[in-house]
Amino acid sequence: MAPTTDNGRNAETNRPDRLGRRLVIERLSSYWILGAGLFAIALFGLIVLTLVQQSIPIVSEHSLLEMLTSTNWDPAQEEFGFMPAIVGTIYVTVLSMAMGTPIAILAAIYIAEYAEGRMKVIVSSFIDVLAAIPSVIFGLVGLIVVVPFVGDYLAPALGTHSIGLGIVTVSLVMAIIVTPFMISLSVESLEALPDELREASLGVGATKWETIRSVLLRAAGPGIFSAILLGFGRVFGATIVPAMLIGGQTAIPESPFDAGETLPSLIVNDFGELMSIPLTQSALILVGLLLLVIVWLFNFGAMLIRRRLQRRWQY
Amino acid sequence: MTHDTDSVIRTDDLEVTYTGNREITALNGVGVDFAENRLTAIIGPSGCGKSTLLKSLNRLHEIQPNAEITGDVYLEDEPVYDTDEPLPEIRRRVGYVPQKPTPLPVSIYNNVAYGPKIHGDHSREELDEIVETQLRKVNLWDEVKDRLDAPGAELSTGQIQRLCLARSLAAEPDVLLCDEVTSALDPISAEQVEETLADLKEEYTIIMVTHSMEQAKRLADDVIFLYLGDVVETNDARSFFENPQNERTREFVKGHTAVEYDDGEDDVSEGDGSADEVNGDDADGSRSTEETESIPAER
Amino acid sequence: MNRYTEQRIFAFLARASAALILAVLAIVVGVTIYRGGRVFLTDPAVVITPPGSRYMLDGGGGFLHAVLGSLFIVVPATIVAMILSLSTAVYLQSDYSSERTSDVINMFLNVLWGTPPIVYGVFVLTIIIAVGAQTSLIFGVIAIAIFQYPIMTRYADEALRSAPDAVKEASYGLGATRFETAKVTIRAALPGVIAGIIMGFARGIGDAATVLFTAGRSTQMPGGPFDPATTLPILIFEQAASFNAEVRSHAYAASFVLIVAVLALIVASKLLAGRYARFTPGGRQ
Repeated sequence: MAPTTDNGRNAETNRPDRLGRRLVIERLSSYWILGAGLFAIALFGLIVLTLVQQSIPIVSEHSLLEMLTSTNWDPAQEEFGFMPAIVGTIYVTVLSMAMGTPIAILAAIYIAEYAEGRMKVIVSSFIDVLAAIPSVIFGLVGLIVVVPFVGDYLAPALGTHSIGLGIVTVSLVMAIIVTPFMISLSVESLEALPDELREASLGVGATKWETIRSVLLRAAGPGIFSAILLGFGRVFGATIVPAMLIGGQTAIPESPFDAGETLPSLIVNDFGELMSIPLTQSALILVGLLLLVIVWLFNFGAMLIRRRLQRRWQY
Repeated sequence: MTHDTDSVIRTDDLEVTYTGNREITALNGVGVDFAENRLTAIIGPSGCGKSTLLKSLNRLHEIQPNAEITGDVYLEDEPVYDTDEPLPEIRRRVGYVPQKPTPLPVSIYNNVAYGPKIHGDHSREELDEIVETQLRKVNLWDEVKDRLDAPGAELSTGQIQRLCLARSLAAEPDVLLCDEVTSALDPISAEQVEETLADLKEEYTIIMVTHSMEQAKRLADDVIFLYLGDVVETNDARSFFENPQNERTREFVKGHTAVEYDDGEDDVSEGDGSADEVNGDDADGSRSTEETESIPAER
Repeated sequence: MNRYTEQRIFAFLARASAALILAVLAIVVGVTIYRGGRVFLTDPAVVITPPGSRYMLDGGGGFLHAVLGSLFIVVPATIVAMILSLSTAVYLQSDYSSERTSDVINMFLNVLWGTPPIVYGVFVLTIIIAVGAQTSLIFGVIAIAIFQYPIMTRYADEALRSAPDAVKEASYGLGATRFETAKVTIRAALPGVIAGIIMGFARGIGDAATVLFTAGRSTQMPGGPFDPATTLPILIFEQAASFNAEVRSHAYAASFVLIVAVLALIVASKLLAGRYARFTPGGRQ
């Protein structure tokens, strides 16, 4: 391995030799490390180029706008309308974020501002555990617990009908998956705030809740905002849970209790036919490219908004 | 204390202990009076409990876990601890300005309007008026009147500290607690804040902690000398500096006349708060009328 | 609403939300352990028995193929991703890059970090088609390594950044080269680096979307790097909704094995991070 600076016993005799070797290693390693740094860019570029190149066949046969707005998805008839999957994706993303975000923020407030000592340690390590459980296990538990719950109780209770699989089921499970993830990031931002902010607000007679609402949530706002957007990205790109629980129905869902399809689950459920119809393969790769572009736009937008918030809500 | 005005706030055998990894008694049965419309300076070496005494006057030290209190504080003869009055109302009447200039993450205007908005329903005109009055009181109005909507944090630190004073005043406190409010400022800003305080002491009861003997001499009407959690001497400022009664006071005053005491360190008692065991919950629960106000101290 | 009532209501809601989340965790772990543990404990041999010839139809035999597939895919992938991500993280430090270049690279890393795993799966699959190969274990390794790379880089970068500057200065002061200094810095940041590697491993072993189309979904024992293989998450995904109760029960048992493995990894990462904290000057507790 590489020589080190320790003073070996015969360092005196071969120092020039040793120095030369060290410099060669320094030189070679710096190429390697530069390469590794550029690897991140190269990987991104390679992914985009490959996906673009493989999407060309479908885009040259069908107009992109037409595919995005058409509601008819039937690869066997060469009909590639993404609209049902787009609607399903939006449905799932909005529903699960609507359920998950308030709970995540409240729980983060509890951990950062209310919980103390041992309770705090226990709750936050349980949240870490929840965040690390693979999504396929949530899918399985969803099949065992949430599907019968939605099919037999929730849907009838709301006067509607559901086979159990569908958009609501996926949204519930995705909300569970994404919440712990948002909590840990929000707790981090809240805990980074200086105590003076709390003292300043309490010191003019604000209640603890007023302090949290008008001071702490704002001061930690950029961080919490990022947490929510990262959660958004997670739900949006989630694959396994929708594929297991959404019911695979490529029609525009009429109610959230219907089965449907999201963009990622479309890829999973239809890749089987890939080899027989070449154009399908290209269409599904185009879906992958769409996912990537949307996530990219999201990241970029988030960065801009975050900067604005940081200026507006600085302390 | 020997003066002719009434006391607004006084402590009665106040004892504060921090029970963390090590147990620290920050205040050891302190009983002092603070007189109306006078400026009282609390001085003493680092770690002697100055900030603890200040914060215990409006129970702000309770946001640290593991603080235990016996004795009581009386605000116009009403108890502060043994009371049904909501804690935020007590803290409105006894305002607090932190050591570090800390703007709230809102505009300059809303920093000042924060207290009034919380405590009552005001029309926009009334708020405008309050904001202008308070900013004028701290000599900040002319500097910021054209950019009231800018974030408070965009001001200089000296301006921010005066903004903090205005913010506290806008809540219409009876007593104002100032925790080394000039220690984080450059000399010129510090002087401006001192001038503001000198103006304010005509109208308000001000209690300030300071590290600077010179500052106490310039500003204070009364002085309290605290040493390791005990009150060594209290007197009006002139007698205190010219004719200290206690041997220790004499040494302390003498040791600081030549060289200005300039030490940015926090008091030991506040810094230490690594929260392993929790027992603040019970202690708080029996005292406070609302949710426990404890926040772990590791920040 | 009275401000004190409001305060009480929101304090209650905050508590209730935390309680709800703990309850959900209890249900998820409880169901997995109860349903999966029951299968596993009645017949622990399923984990070390190779699958029968009609495995997907009658669930004969066990799922050793998926256990081995997971290990053969995730262990090499983690090693590859570890080397790459550590090198990238070293590059991101100020010794090797200007602030501007590291900002640019960080931007790309963020995009990669947020990229849905299915995109990596599709990407590797297009490569497979392009080179005319078949889905196999080696492509599973590549897909998982790509998936782990941005995750582990982020952990490593954070760990290196939090290493005290004094370590670097001391090392340079002794006449060490950048590379030698980087090695010392990594050593000082070891707890964070190791925690990151373990978290990367845990994410890799739990992910299904990346390997679904790349590793081959085989129902036989993995033969070699160019033969199709399968992993535990794929097995759970494929068999969870099977009509055959025996096949389904294997998915439950597999999820039990997976959840125990992931929980063990988290505990291990916390313990190891604590153990190596002594290499960090000032010891991060």
